[in-house]
This record gives sequence, structure tokens and C-alpha cells, in this order.
Amino acid sequence: MAGGKEITTKIRSIENTRKVTSALEMVSASKIRKSQDLMNATRPYARMIRRVMGHLSKANPEYRHPFTVRREETKKVGYIIVSTDRGLCGGLNTNLFKLVLGSIQEWQGKGAEVSLVTLGKKASAFFKNIKIEIAAHASNLGEKPQIEDLIGSIKVMLDAYREKNIDLVYVVYNDFVNTMTQHPVLEQLLPLPDTDDEEIRDIWDYIYEPDAEALLDTVLVRYIEADVYQAVLENLASEHAARMIAMKNATDNAGELIDELKLVFNKARQAAITQEISEIVGGAAAV
Amino acid sequence: MKHTIRCDIVSAQEEIYSGEASMIFATGAVGELGISPRHAPLITQLKPGPVRVQQPDGEEAFFFVGGGILEVMPHIVTVLADTAVRADDLDEAAALRAKEEAERELQDQTGEIEVAEAQARLLEAAAQLRALEQLRKKMSR
Repeated sequence: MAGGKEITTKIRSIENTRKVTSALEMVSASKIRKSQDLMNATRPYARMIRRVMGHLSKANPEYRHPFTVRREETKKVGYIIVSTDRGLCGGLNTNLFKLVLGSIQEWQGKGAEVSLVTLGKKASAFFKNIKIEIAAHASNLGEKPQIEDLIGSIKVMLDAYREKNIDLVYVVYNDFVNTMTQHPVLEQLLPLPDTDDEEIRDIWDYIYEPDAEALLDTVLVRYIEADVYQAVLENLASEHAARMIAMKNATDNAGELIDELKLVFNKARQAAITQEISEIVGGAAAV
Repeated sequence: MKHTIRCDIVSAQEEIYSGEASMIFATGAVGELGISPRHAPLITQLKPGPVRVQQPDGEEAFFFVGGGILEVMPHIVTVLADTAVRADDLDEAAALRAKEEAERELQDQTGEIEVAEAQARLLEAAAQLRALEQLRKKMSR
């Protein structure tokens, strides 16, 4: 029987692959929910810190924090790249890196240098190969990322910005739209884009403890950290969704392939039987 | 006149408390704070410590914050709590760790080979499946 054994081996190996992919699919499906909840839980903080920022800037219109001042010249650009630790999530990381590379090339064309902070192993592995400076890195953030794990990496960027080593900072991540759609996005983190002021109520001034400038600084740093944290969570939800879809496709493909191979196997077996019979019949006729 | 004030306590990771309060106690950067309704507008940094919220029914809610910012507005008190204990030198240490992590990552050529290898194999299998699928479609056309 020609190729019978090879076909069964192949079928078995594809069946094993299918087991893995369908397990990964189910794991991701259950994790999407949790990461979405995490994402939603950060919203109140973002809303309130934006409100406090608005109040502060309105109470101190004369003071401009370095984070809000646009630099005339951009000599060096920083990117905070949020990626995943693990692969097997379709084109999620690749699409993101393409977007970053496009922006990097644009800035390099204008003569600016580039510095990166990578979150997640995939980003560091990718950008280390193409020899772009990585200033800081954090990975293994897990299923429930903690803001503590991000503080260090963000501070590296903020310090560089304060010292005017970097004039512009972007954060890049995958925006979770829904389970089927995730968009790579590039957002300007620093200088802070102008926000629309909410309606001006009566004018007041605060009692500041310790002083207005230190407070504004703290609030802005927290705001940026919350922003990056939100990006990490969006990316996490995107990762699970993308993996679920990628693994679902792989599982489906494996199933179809197995059916096909079974058909080939059955045909081969039938052919062998037919041949055997005709040999016997032929042999009997010859006798 | 109401003798309560709205109080929201949030951290970057979750909403901790939201409701009416008759008095709020916290540890500010320059001293203990007790905030009752109609307190003057105030904004202050918080030190790591407890935040107590006296609810109108006499119950008291108790939270620990690792620092943060407290804002008092005429109609609302907002506490932006830090989940981690923050201090300049601690942040500095974290930044240093992140830098070291980057260097390690750059030098690390061999780390986690097994996982990477297994993953590569699975990836290859998935790619094979896809290729076969495409081939099959082309053949059947």
C-alpha cells in the first residue's frame, strides 16, 4: 500500500498541532474578557486625573510645565513600544513594528536620532536586530500588568525628555477595537497635546501643599504613566483577541487538512485492495 | 445645606471608593488632613498612609494608599491614589533596573532557547498548514 504509513503519520502530526492550536484558542478566548475588564477599570482614574490637570492649568495659566512646551527643534525622538511577550498572535506585532519603522524612517530622514523603550520581548528582539538604540526594557508583565513594572521604563524616557536629550516621545501600541479588529496606533505622549478645556466655571485658586509647580509635575507624571499603562492593557486585550483568531484559523485549517488527508488515505487503501484483488484474479486466470 | 461631600478614590488600576462622606482623613505632604464638607479648595500630595472616609451613616471606610494626590473642590473630593509606594530614589532604582534590563536583553542571545524553539516549531507547523491550504485551493481551481 503506497504511502499509507506516511499519510497516517502526517495525519497524526497535524492532529497534535490542532490540539495545541485549539487549546491556545480557548485560553485566549477566556482571557479576552479579563483583560477587557482591566481596561475598563482604568477609565475612572484617567477621567479624574484629566479633570485635576484641567483645574490646575486653569488656576495657573502663567506657568508652563516643560512637558507641555513644544520644542522648536526635534533632534531626537523617543518611542515607547508596547508589544507582546509571546508570539502566535497573527500579524499583531508585525503590523505595529511596520508602523514604527515608517515613523522612524521619516524622522531619520529629517536628521533626527531615535531612542526606544521596549515593553514586551517581541519588540526588543525585533529592534535589537536592526540596531536601534534601546534605552530601557521591561517584559514579563503578565496577565495583570502592574503599574510598578512600568514606572522605571517610563522614567527613563521622562528624564531624557527633561534633560532635553529627547524632544518628542511617542507611545505605540495596538488599540483594541473589538475581538475582530485591533489597530496599531502611534500617539504623541510628549509634549502633551493640547487638551480641550472643559467649560470654565467660577474662578478660584487652590491652597497648594507643597507648591503648585511640584504638584503639577506629579500630576503630569502620573498622567503619563496612566496613559502608558492604559496602552499596555489595550495591547494585552489585542494580543488575546489576535491570538484567538489566529489559532481559530489554524485549527480550522488543520481540520480541513485532516479530512483531506483521510480521503487520500482511504483512496490509497482502496487502490491497494483493488490492485490486490486484480492480481489474485489475474493470477487465478493464468493458472 | 448638605453636610456631606462626594468622595471618589481611584487608582490607576481600579476604582476604590465612590460615595458620600461626612468627613475624610488623610496624610498630606505637610501634615494630617481632616476634610469636612465646604472645605476650601485644596490640592496636596499624599504621603503613604491610611485614608479614612466617614460615611453619613456613621460607618467608616478605611483604605491604604501608597501616596498620591488629593484634590478638594467645593462639591467633590478626589483622591488619585498610587498603587505603589513612590519616592524619588525608589523611582530612580526602577529606572536603573529598566536600563539594565535593556542591556541584558541586548546581550542575551541564548536565553529561553527551548521556549523559542518550541514556539518556532509550532509556528512552522501553522505556516505549513496555511501553505498547504493555499496550495489546495489553487489545485482545486
